[in-house]
Amino acid sequence: MSLEMFIQHFLNALTLGSLYGLIAIGYTMVYGILRLINFAHGDIFMLGAYFVFWGGALFKLPWGLAVVAAIAFTSFCGVLVDRAAYRPLREAPRISALISSIGVSFFIENLCIVTFSAIPRAVHVPQWLGQVHLIGKVRLLPLAVVVPIVSMVLTSGLLWIVYRTKPGLAMRAISKDIETTRLMGVPVNRIIAITFGLGSALAAASGIMWALRYPQIHPFMGVIPGFKAFIAAVLGGIGSIQGAVLGGMLLGFIEIMIIAFLPALSGYRDAFAFVLLIAILLVRPSGLMGEKLEEKV
Amino acid sequence: MSAERKKLLSVAALSLMALFLWWAQGHLDGYKIQILNLVAINIILALSLNLIYGFTGLFSLGHAGFMAVGAYVSSLLILPAAQKETIFLLEPLVWPLSVLQAPFFVAVLAGGVAAALFGLLISLPVLRLGGDYLGIATLGFAEIVRVVANNLPGITNGALGLKGIPHYANIWWNYGWCLFTLYFIVRIVNSNFGNVLKAIRDDETAARAMGIDVLRCKVISFALGAFFAGVGGALLASLLTTIDPKMFLFLLTFNVLMIVVAGGLGSISGTVIAGVVITVLLEWLRFVENPIDFGPIHIPGIPGMRMVIFSLALLFIILFRREGIMGMREITWDGLACACRRGGKDRG
Repeated sequence: MSLEMFIQHFLNALTLGSLYGLIAIGYTMVYGILRLINFAHGDIFMLGAYFVFWGGALFKLPWGLAVVAAIAFTSFCGVLVDRAAYRPLREAPRISALISSIGVSFFIENLCIVTFSAIPRAVHVPQWLGQVHLIGKVRLLPLAVVVPIVSMVLTSGLLWIVYRTKPGLAMRAISKDIETTRLMGVPVNRIIAITFGLGSALAAASGIMWALRYPQIHPFMGVIPGFKAFIAAVLGGIGSIQGAVLGGMLLGFIEIMIIAFLPALSGYRDAFAFVLLIAILLVRPSGLMGEKLEEKV
Repeated sequence: MSAERKKLLSVAALSLMALFLWWAQGHLDGYKIQILNLVAINIILALSLNLIYGFTGLFSLGHAGFMAVGAYVSSLLILPAAQKETIFLLEPLVWPLSVLQAPFFVAVLAGGVAAALFGLLISLPVLRLGGDYLGIATLGFAEIVRVVANNLPGITNGALGLKGIPHYANIWWNYGWCLFTLYFIVRIVNSNFGNVLKAIRDDETAARAMGIDVLRCKVISFALGAFFAGVGGALLASLLTTIDPKMFLFLLTFNVLMIVVAGGLGSISGTVIAGVVITVLLEWLRFVENPIDFGPIHIPGIPGMRMVIFSLALLFIILFRREGIMGMREITWDGLACACRRGGKDRG
C-alpha cells in the first residue's frame, strides 16, 4: 500500500473514530449512572441530522443557526425520552427499562418515517466543508480536520463539566451509589435529566457531522452507528468517558484498516464490531479503562 | 378435578380446535388462512423466547439469528434441485447441499437442530454474561448471522436470497408443530428441570448455593429455545416461499419480544393469547397504512403508522402493566372450573 493511500485511510479512520466516540459518550454516561443500555441513543443521533435538514428546508434557517437549534432540540428530545420512558421505571427490574428503550427506538424511527417519509434525503453541505483539497495525491476533505477537532473540543468541554462543576460531581456520585446520593440531598432526577441532555447533544453533534461526511440521511441511519458506538463504549470500559473516546477511535481504526488491508472482507464490515464485542466480553468484560463490576450478593 | 377428566377436556378442546381449522381451510379466504398460519408460527417463536427469557431469565435478543439458521437449513433441504440451479446466479450452490433433499418434516427438524447447535456454540461464551450484556451479545450474534448470510453466495445465494421454496407449511403442519412446541414446553416447565430454571431466574446465586449446575441448565434451556426458534424460522420460510438476509432484521426479534412481554413473562397461556391477539392486530392495523375512503372524505394512507402504534403499545405495557396480560398465572382446567362455579353461584 502506498503512503498516500495509507494517509487517506488514516484520515478516514480518524473521522469515523471521532464520530463513534461522540456517540459512545452518551451510552457510557447513561450506563454509568443508570446501568441502562439506551437503545434509543442511535435514534437520537439520527434526529440530530434530521433536525438540521428540517431547519434548513422547512424554516429556511441559515446553516449555522440550524445546527445550533438542532443540537438544542435533540438534547431536549433526549431529556423528554428519559422523563417519559425511563424515569417511571427507576425502581423496576433493569431489563424493563431496556425493553422500554427498545420500544422508544422503534417509536422514534417509525415516527420519523411517518413525518419525514422513509426516502433517503440528500444533505446540504456548506461549501467550505465539502470542497476537496488535493495535497500531493491525498484528497483532503476539510471535514477530516474539522470533525476530530470539534469532537475533541466537545469532549474536553464535557470532561470539564463532569470533573469541575457541581452537577458533574453529582453525576459521579450517582454512578457510585444512587441511594446515598439521594440522601445527601442531590436532586437525582434532575441530574439524570442533565446527563441525558448532555449525551443527546453530543449524539446530535455526531449525527450532524455524520450527515456531512456521508451526505445522506434516512430514518434508520442511527441503528448501526448506534450499536457500534455502544460496542466502542464497552471496548473502552463502560462508565468511563475517556474510555468511550478511546474505544470509538479504536473501533474506527479497526474497521477502516481491516478493509484497507483485507479488501476481501469488506462485505463483513458490519460484523467486525460484533465479533469484537463478543471477544472483549470474554477476555476483559470491564473494557480497557473500566472498573470491575462485581456481582452483589 | 381428576386427572382423567382433565385429559378428556383437553382432548375435547383439541378436537374443537381441529374442527375449527378444518372449517377454516374450507371457508376462509387465503389471506385469513395466512394470518392463521402466522399465528401458529408466532406462538412457536414466542414460546421459545419465553422459555429462554421468561422461565430462565436469560435476556436474549438473538431470535432473528436462530430463525435465519433454521430457515436457510430447511429451505436448502426442500428446494428441488432444478430450482436450486436456476436461483443460484452469483455462484453455484456448493456440492453436498446442491444434491441433498429431505422430506418437509425432516427438513424442519434439521433446521431446528442446526439452530440449536448454533445456540450451543454461542451459549458457551455468551451465557457467562448476565442481564443486558447477554441481550447485546445475542443481538450481535444475530447480526453476524445476517451479515454472513449476505456474504456467502455459494450457500445462501447472498443478498438475492432463496426463492420458490415449496409451500409445504400448510395449516396442519404449522398447528401440529405449534401443538408439539406447546406440549413440550409445558412439560419442561412443569418438570423438576423447570423448577431448576425458575430457581435460576429468581435468584441465581441462591440456586448455585443449592448445588445447581447453573451454566449447564442455562445452556440446555438456551439450546432448546434456539431449537424451536429454528423450527419457527423453517416453517416461516416455507410459508412465505421466499427468504433473504434482509428479512431477519432486529425487527423480527422485536415482534417476538413484544408478544412475550405482552403475554406476561413466565406465562404460557399469556404467550398463546398474546400470540393470537398481536398477530391479528399487526395484520389488522395495516388499514392505517392504506388510504381510507369515507364517502367523500379521503384519508391518505400513512406508511410507518402501524409500527408507531405498535411501539407505543409496547411502551404502554412496559410502563403501566409490566406483568402483561397474564402476569405469571396460567389458565388451567382447575382454574376454569373454579371460575365457572363462582360464576354459576353469582347467577344463582
